[in-house]
Amino acid sequence: MSSKSQDVEALVGQKYRHGFITDIESDSLPPGLDEDVVAAISKKKNEPQFLLDWRLKAFRHWQTMQEPTWAHVRYKPIDYQDISYYSAPKSPANAPKSLDEVDPKLLETYEKLGIPLHERARLAGVAVDAVFDSVSVATTFKDKLGKAGVIFCSFSDAVRDHPRLVERYLGSVVPTTDNFFAALNSAVFSDGSFVYVPPGVRCPMELSTYFRINAAKTGQFERTLIIADEGASVSYLEGCTAPMRDENQLHAAVVELVALDRAQIKYSTVQNWYPGDENGLGGIYNFVTKRGECRGRDSKISWTQVETGSAITWKYPSCILKGENSIGEFYSVAVANNYQQADTGTKMIHIGRNTRSTIVSKGISAGHAENTYRGLVKILPSAAGARNFTQCDSLLMGSKCAANTFPYMEVKNPTATVEHEASTSKIGEDQLFYCLQRGISAEDAVNMIVSGFCKVVFKELPMEFAVEAQNLLSVSLEGAVG
Amino acid sequence: MLEIKDLTVRVAGKEILKGVNLRVNAGEVHAIMGPNGSGKSTLAQVLAGREDYEVSSGSVSFEGRDLLALPAEERARAGLFLGFQYPVEIPGVNNVYLLKAALNAKRKAAGEPEVDAYEFLGLIKQKMKFMQMSESFLTRGVNEGFSGGEKKRNEVLQMLVLEPKLAILDETDSGLDIDALKVVSKGVNSLRDPKRAVVLVTHYQRLLDYVIPDQVHVLTGGRIVKSGDKSLAQELERRGYDWVLESRVA
Repeated sequence: MSSKSQDVEALVGQKYRHGFITDIESDSLPPGLDEDVVAAISKKKNEPQFLLDWRLKAFRHWQTMQEPTWAHVRYKPIDYQDISYYSAPKSPANAPKSLDEVDPKLLETYEKLGIPLHERARLAGVAVDAVFDSVSVATTFKDKLGKAGVIFCSFSDAVRDHPRLVERYLGSVVPTTDNFFAALNSAVFSDGSFVYVPPGVRCPMELSTYFRINAAKTGQFERTLIIADEGASVSYLEGCTAPMRDENQLHAAVVELVALDRAQIKYSTVQNWYPGDENGLGGIYNFVTKRGECRGRDSKISWTQVETGSAITWKYPSCILKGENSIGEFYSVAVANNYQQADTGTKMIHIGRNTRSTIVSKGISAGHAENTYRGLVKILPSAAGARNFTQCDSLLMGSKCAANTFPYMEVKNPTATVEHEASTSKIGEDQLFYCLQRGISAEDAVNMIVSGFCKVVFKELPMEFAVEAQNLLSVSLEGAVG
Repeated sequence: MLEIKDLTVRVAGKEILKGVNLRVNAGEVHAIMGPNGSGKSTLAQVLAGREDYEVSSGSVSFEGRDLLALPAEERARAGLFLGFQYPVEIPGVNNVYLLKAALNAKRKAAGEPEVDAYEFLGLIKQKMKFMQMSESFLTRGVNEGFSGGEKKRNEVLQMLVLEPKLAILDETDSGLDIDALKVVSKGVNSLRDPKRAVVLVTHYQRLLDYVIPDQVHVLTGGRIVKSGDKSLAQELERRGYDWVLESRVA
């Protein structure tokens, strides 16, 4: 009896799916990139002229540029004419109808990460809307932010509703000509996030892409712009901690932060794009430009990142410390397992007097992975009394992985102080045996040791995020020892 | 409780233990003494399940189970505890966290529920007081920046919390001043129980003034060459290890 009803259900489900197979993805541009494509993207989004001009300028410059090769990563050449640069959100008919249709392996990972049930469905791309708690949460959220005068919306909405702010700040930290991937992003970016916190306002809550409903489908070229006006402060959490299965290979985002006088921005990332399988097949190329400018005096920008995903990570969240007494911070945990490659670090550019920066980087390599820290501390002649402290530690698990450290320092002011500490250690057999002898399983022991290694960085993450990051770490390193 | 029969162990091709026989019954305290390089620590590590040691022959049974067939963590959960000669530092991992994970792993294996956090803190504070340890221990990383004496005290503290059936203490007395030695001895004595056994691996008879052993064994050249009661330890202290070897030859 019950098996019969299952058969019926299966049949119905099948029919249902087939019935909707027509007319999906009708709103995509064919692969290829030229000025017409750039113009078409701008037109589809009803953008004002200034933005179209800006995109075209970026595109023309991009055509003159070469893809960078200095990073310590290897990959097959990307055919930029083989990518589709605009794809409207996929038709709901194509998405899974319920969690039952989602890959059980993916669900297992969500379970381990402790992601709430309604979030799991959304992350897996289940096409059910308006029933999740997150919708009502998002509404209360918007009310509260609105009362404080904080603008938090998609980039497209910002272009429509706050064009003057966008025009004033877009590209002011990462110019269209900055680098190959930033130029490409400038030409073709699809959407992203926009935040503006007015003078003197302390944003009443952590802003998170979790809660911005349209964030999950922003595609491969995101653009984020965050402005903290004088005396304002904001904490922004980016990315979801769950693996989004994404067929797209290239992910080239740009994030710009602007902190005016006495403003503070804290930007936290937990990145877990699909890293490819155990044999290094598939996965995302995460080529991201992130930069913040402490434009005003006594301002502060703090980056915290936990990078566990992507086949290749190429990313250097940086701070330009222009304002006097401004502070830049970079706290990073980068994990590379199997055949992942990570080349990540930061740049601290000291321009103003008495500017200070702190860099703490923790790299973990396992499997056949390669993990590179690349950092630049640059102290310009104007930066009298500038100070930097850098600490980068590497942890190796197993004997087939590698860790590299490339710290660059350019100090052009004699009153500056620059400190650098570095260490490389292997996950100790002794540490592991000590835990085993206390009855703790190898897997738990590795998690414990690795979490201990990363503790100083996790401390910088907002509370709920720190827990997820820790869980994520253990999922990423599953099977790395033993 | 523990029965070692003709145990032969090689490390990197070299034979370190050459046929060790030892029987430890519940309720007993045994001391294994011997000069440096005699194989004492190897014996302790092999019993605890350290890899890199190749057991070429012999058997070890622990409460009737084949100990050598179990991985290290299962031996621990079955009630075997090793107090390390050189306890390792694990930076960033909180002492209390590790200990709680250890206790819970053991409880889980025994089908018991996890320990209540509040109760656990109470337990650990009580044991710390007993071991005369400062409260700062609660917030520090595992053995992180501990002095030699603090590390040894910590080993005994862990033992008291985990309440093993068989505790093997590898030179827990070395590097301790007299006050610390008394505290550590007090800890070991508090664990003495008709259902438990303790094996003390030590160089010196000093510890045995405080923890009175039922049997003393002399391990040298990879074999137990002499066994006796506590008076053997005193005799060793007086006459040195050479005396044992000479008396054997004679």
